[in-house]
Amino acid sequence: MLEIHNLRVSVEDTEILRGVSLAVGEGEVHAVMGPNGSGKSTLANVIAGRPGYEVTGGDVLYDGQSLLEVMPDERARRGIFLAFQYPVELPGVRNRQFLKSALDAVRVYQGREELSAREFDKLLREKVRETGLDPDLVKRSVNEGFSGGEKKRSEMLQMAVLDPRLALLDETDSGLDIDALRLVAAGVNRRRSPDRAIVLVTHYQRILSFVVPDFVHVLLDGRIVQSGGRELALELEEKGYEWLRDGATAGDR
Amino acid sequence: MTQSLTGYERYAADFEALEGMEPPNGSAWLRGVRREALAAFRRLGFPAERRGNERWKYTNVAPIARSTFAYPFDVDMDAVTEAFLRQQGPWSDDWARLVFVDGRFSALLSTTFDGDDGLRLVNIGAALHKDGGGVRQHLGKLAQSGDGFTAVNTAFLGDGALVEAPDDTTCERPVHLVFVSSGASPDRVSYPRALVLAGRNSRLTLVESYVGPGDGRYFTNAVTEIVAQEGSGVEHYRYMTEGAGAFHVGSSYVRLGRGSSFRSTSFGRGARIARNGLSVLLDAPGASCVLKGLYYTTGSEHVDNHIDVDHAGPGASSDQYFKGILDGSSKAVFSGRVLVRPNAQKTYARQADKNVVLSDGARINTKPSLEIYADDVQCFHGATAGAVAGDAIFYMRSRGMDEETARSLFVHGFASEIIDSIELPALRSHLDRMFSVGPPGGG
Ligand SMILES: Nc1ncnc2c1ncn2[C@@H]1O[C@H](COP(=O)(O)OP(=O)(O)O)[C@@H](O)[C@H]1O
Ligand SMILES: [Mg+2]
Repeated sequence: MLEIHNLRVSVEDTEILRGVSLAVGEGEVHAVMGPNGSGKSTLANVIAGRPGYEVTGGDVLYDGQSLLEVMPDERARRGIFLAFQYPVELPGVRNRQFLKSALDAVRVYQGREELSAREFDKLLREKVRETGLDPDLVKRSVNEGFSGGEKKRSEMLQMAVLDPRLALLDETDSGLDIDALRLVAAGVNRRRSPDRAIVLVTHYQRILSFVVPDFVHVLLDGRIVQSGGRELALELEEKGYEWLRDGATAGDR
Repeated sequence: MTQSLTGYERYAADFEALEGMEPPNGSAWLRGVRREALAAFRRLGFPAERRGNERWKYTNVAPIARSTFAYPFDVDMDAVTEAFLRQQGPWSDDWARLVFVDGRFSALLSTTFDGDDGLRLVNIGAALHKDGGGVRQHLGKLAQSGDGFTAVNTAFLGDGALVEAPDDTTCERPVHLVFVSSGASPDRVSYPRALVLAGRNSRLTLVESYVGPGDGRYFTNAVTEIVAQEGSGVEHYRYMTEGAGAFHVGSSYVRLGRGSSFRSTSFGRGARIARNGLSVLLDAPGASCVLKGLYYTTGSEHVDNHIDVDHAGPGASSDQYFKGILDGSSKAVFSGRVLVRPNAQKTYARQADKNVVLSDGARINTKPSLEIYADDVQCFHGATAGAVAGDAIFYMRSRGMDEETARSLFVHGFASEIIDSIELPALRSHLDRMFSVGPPGGG
């Protein structure tokens, strides 16, 4: 579904991703781990099409086609979803209208009909219940005045409503208490299916006890230095990242 | 040098011509007021100096001062119809209204009231003839503190709106003052004028609309004076959508009596240069004002909100809250000055200005200032010079919305805080629609 080939990305002339390759197939759950500043968000943002990043080499393919020239809204309509590490507050934009406009856009692109107001409200109620978000929050402006944890769960609600094929979750687990973490994990697990894929970006292995990944990759200084199964996450938990960093720089020289 | 900048002679020639057309039985009092104002204009000129001109620091009015704007001697009153006005701005059949075309009173489009419904809503010209007393006492008084723009407006004073709420009267019917520019010929100037007198313990709701054709070069130089007597409450809205090539200078002067309340919201969109000047004098205990504003600029437009609040007496409160949306290569200016004089103890004053910038080329200059000479006061100010909307727009696009939908939803959301506080349903729904669509001509 997603193939990243030797991707190089710079921000303001500083190279942040230095040749990343990664393949995510249908039905798979991948975890991308790494310490702060290693380039995890950069990778997720480039896949979602965020402006401000310069791709200097390599390619990102989705269903075999390059994404790099595709507008971010079209990527979303094709089924890519990024849960932001720092969700944006939209004062005065009501959640309901926001979600309805987004879902309408996605459905129309996919050749399906827009939902009627009634159908949409039914869907929204269902997803709010599933996500465990306070229904009163949904009546408010998008993310405005939400706590960190509420913002993360609001991202999960958006994901549940839009039902993407490829979900990228950027540190959705950070800043959550254990109950919220369980809810988020349950939401992610519910999405596991043979035609969907999930990429969890995180620097803790905590969520991986609840969402068991098929593959774990370690991103360090803009490079994937190690890939493995879920046991790699446990090893990282035990040994940290430093042993990999030494190996990486040694291999570099 | 100064003369070529002020263009005094051009205005003086129109002034002479207009005076020559006056009937011999015209008001001698008015003639005196005008002559005095012309002399003041000759002295002041337009405030086009670039040095040491704090009040106009970020708005250069040289394009106005250099132009030859002609007084509209020939106004085709039939050129503007009610159907046209309904499309141009907010409208409700329940509102009483006075309509002025290029500054000229239109009896046909207006619904005057002369004391019935507890409201007096007439053309100033007519009022001066009938009973000069109340009008003469107030007309031009607050405006005497004004600059050259105000002076030249007074020099051409003729038609205008008189809105009077008698003592102890609640005027249920909102009053709409519509000032429309015909754009019939290029480079015409109009001088909208309004005098609003809210008697003791009266209640009044007022909407001023300034509208014009989308294209064309014209100049609207408007002056409004509002006197709110003891215990009165005035709900005030000012709506301005002039064409992209138009110049608009509005100068409003408000004086608040003991325990009176003035709540004002202004909306500004369009114009090559637009200035919304508002001066509020609070010189009696318990007077309060809430001044809000919303402006939206696109293309190469320039909108300047300049608010002067003078706490000249104790125990009064003022609250300013302005929001701006900037697109294209437009420019917005917010300068609010709050003066708390030495005897104005127990003053509460707040000013805030929030802006959001939708494009790289747009710019905001915000310059709030508090000058405090009393010690027992609570004063606050804050300004956000222009949060960039890029992250918000990307966030929305990353959910599938196209750029236009994202921008429109974002702009509407940002504006809704102000729009939702409007108490007139017809005005609220008009603005709701206006801020739901992208800017005319895109951006
Ligand atoms: N917009 C940006 N401008 C400047 N530097 C950036 C920007 N985005 C990321 N970086 C830098 O790139 C590196 C990787 O950042 P990021 O992708 O956010 O890492 P992670 O998500 O793994 O913590 C960091 O050193 C960060 O400072
Ligand atoms: Mg990150």
